[in-house]
Amino acid sequence: MANIISDETIEYVGILAKLELDGQERERAKKDIGEMLDYIDKLNELDTSDVEPMSHVFPVHNVFREDVVKNGDGRKQTLSNAPDSREDGFVVPKTI
Amino acid sequence: MSLMSLTAVELGKKIKAKEVSVEEAVQAALDAIAEKEDKVNSFVTVDAEKALERAGQIQKDIDNGVLSGPLAGVPVAIKDNMCTKGMLTTCSSKILGNFVPPYTAEAVRNLEKAGAVILGKTNMDEFAMGSTTETSFYGATKNPWNPEHVPGGSSGGSCAAVAAEECSYALGSDTGGSIRQPSSFCGVTGLKPTYGTVSRYGLIAYGSSLDQIGPIAKDVTDCAVILEAIASHDKKDSTSIGRDSYDFTSALTDDVAGMKIGIPRDYFGEGLGTEVRDAVLAAAGELKKKGAIVEEFDLSLVEYAIPAYYVIACAEASSNLARFDGVKYGYRTEEFEGLHHMYKKTRSEGFGTEVKRRIMLGSFVLSSGYYDAYYLKALRTKALIKQAFDRAFEKYDVILGPAAPTTAPRLGDSLSDPIKMYLGDIYTISVNLAGLPGISLPCGTDAKGLPIGLQLIGDCFEEKKILRAAYAFEQTREYAHSPLAADVML
Repeated sequence: MANIISDETIEYVGILAKLELDGQERERAKKDIGEMLDYIDKLNELDTSDVEPMSHVFPVHNVFREDVVKNGDGRKQTLSNAPDSREDGFVVPKTI
Repeated sequence: MSLMSLTAVELGKKIKAKEVSVEEAVQAALDAIAEKEDKVNSFVTVDAEKALERAGQIQKDIDNGVLSGPLAGVPVAIKDNMCTKGMLTTCSSKILGNFVPPYTAEAVRNLEKAGAVILGKTNMDEFAMGSTTETSFYGATKNPWNPEHVPGGSSGGSCAAVAAEECSYALGSDTGGSIRQPSSFCGVTGLKPTYGTVSRYGLIAYGSSLDQIGPIAKDVTDCAVILEAIASHDKKDSTSIGRDSYDFTSALTDDVAGMKIGIPRDYFGEGLGTEVRDAVLAAAGELKKKGAIVEEFDLSLVEYAIPAYYVIACAEASSNLARFDGVKYGYRTEEFEGLHHMYKKTRSEGFGTEVKRRIMLGSFVLSSGYYDAYYLKALRTKALIKQAFDRAFEKYDVILGPAAPTTAPRLGDSLSDPIKMYLGDIYTISVNLAGLPGISLPCGTDAKGLPIGLQLIGDCFEEKKILRAAYAFEQTREYAHSPLAADVML
C-alpha cells in the first residue's frame, strides 16, 4: 500500500470533517482511506498537463436574480425542526 | 388482476375513464404496502391518511376537469432524499431521523401539479452513498426477485417498491448510477436525465454537480410521461437548464431504422458476467433486426471514471454535508462540552460508516497540499471523459451496454470491500461525470432468475434518442413481474 495514512493525517481530517472517531473507527478509516487513495492514484497514469479542470459539463455561470422575498413567514415551521429553540432563535452552546 | 400490476399510464387511463376511482387506486397501493413491507422494506415512511385525503381532492379535480393529465390520481413513492412538506424526510440517516421539511422539492411539486398522490418515502443508502441500500439507518431493502439479494442502490427502495408493485411508479436520484443500477437489479425501467433537466431544488445534495432526479417505472412509456411531468426550468436551482423542448413522449415510436448504435468494447472486458454480456448483446441484436446500425467501438478511459468520481463526489459531499451540525434541524447529541464538541459528537453519532468514510475522503482531497493532486486531477480526468463521449456521439446516436457488471449480489456481500462495491458502478458513473442521459431497462434474467439491465446512453439533451431505442427494444419482450408482485394476484 503506497498511501500510508498517519495518525496525524486522520486527526487533521477529523478536524476538517468535524468527526470524532473512536480507536476502532480510526484504524478502519486509516486503512480505507489509504486503499481508496491507492486506487485513486490510478489517475496519475493519465497525462492531463494540457487539460483544464472541468467543474461543470455545461458552460454555466452564476445565475443572478433580484433578492425578492417570495415565500411567506416560515419561522415557526423552520424552528420546529430545531433540536433546541427559544423565542425566535436556535439555541446553541455558548460560543464565546 | 391487480390494479398494481398496471403501468402508471394504464392506471391513469382507467382513472380518467372512471373505471377506477383515485381512492381505489390509492387503497390498492396501501394494501400492497401493508402486505409486502415486512418482506421488502422499500419504505421509510408511509402516510396512508394523507394519501387517502389527497385521493379525495384529486378525484374532485379530475371530476371538475381541473386535472386531465396522464398521471392524475396515480399513486407514487418518492425517494427519501427529496423534501416533502409536512412529511418526514430522513435521507435514510439517523441525523435526519426527525426532519419534517417546511417545503417541497420542485420535482415533487411538479408531480403534485400533475395530480400525483404520494404514498410515502422510499428507503435508500444513507445520503445516497452506496450501491445496495444496505447503508440505510432504517434497515436494508430486499430484492423483490429474491429477498436474499440486494435491490441495488442507492434508489433501492424506489426500485424495489416499483418491482414489488407497492406503487405505480417512483422517483429516484442518480449521482453515479443510483437510478439505473437498482433498476437493473430489480427488473424495472429507470431514467437519469441530462444534468440540469430536473430541478435539484429540495433534493438533499450528495454530489451537486452529478445529482439528478429521474423516474423509475415498469416501462419506457411511463418514464417518458413522468419525465415530461417533472422536468422544468427552475430559477431556484442555479444549475437548472431551460431546454428547447420538454416533449419526450413523441419519441415512443417503434422505429430504430438507420439509428446508429455504438457498443463500447471497453464495457465488455474483465469483470462482466457472461450471462449479463449475452443478454445485453442479444438486445443489441434485436435492435439490429429492427434496422439499427450496430457497431463496436473503443470509448476509452472507462477505468478512470470510478476513481475520478469518488474524488469529485466525496469532495462535494464533504462540503454539502457540513450543514448537518445539530443546530437547525435533525439529531443533536445528548451531552457535550461546548459548540465544537457538540458538532463533532452530533455528526459522529448521526452519520453511518459509509457516509463518514466519504466525508473524510472528501475533506482530505480538498485539503491544502492535496487539492491539486487529487481534486483538480479528477476534474481534468472528467474533462477527458467528456471528450471521449463527445467523440463517440459524433458517430453514434446511442451507446449501448450493460447497466451493471453482474446481477444483484447477495445481502452483505458488498459492504465488506468498498472498492469492490464501487466497481459495480463502472458502466453508470461516467454518464454522470459527463452529464449525459441514460436509461436502464430489463433485457433478461440470469440462471438464478435475477433480472439483467440494458443501459442506453445518449448525448446531452438527447433523451428522445435513448427513449426511442429503449421503446423499440421493449416491444420485443413482455414485462416480467417480480415474484413478490405476483403475491397479491394469487
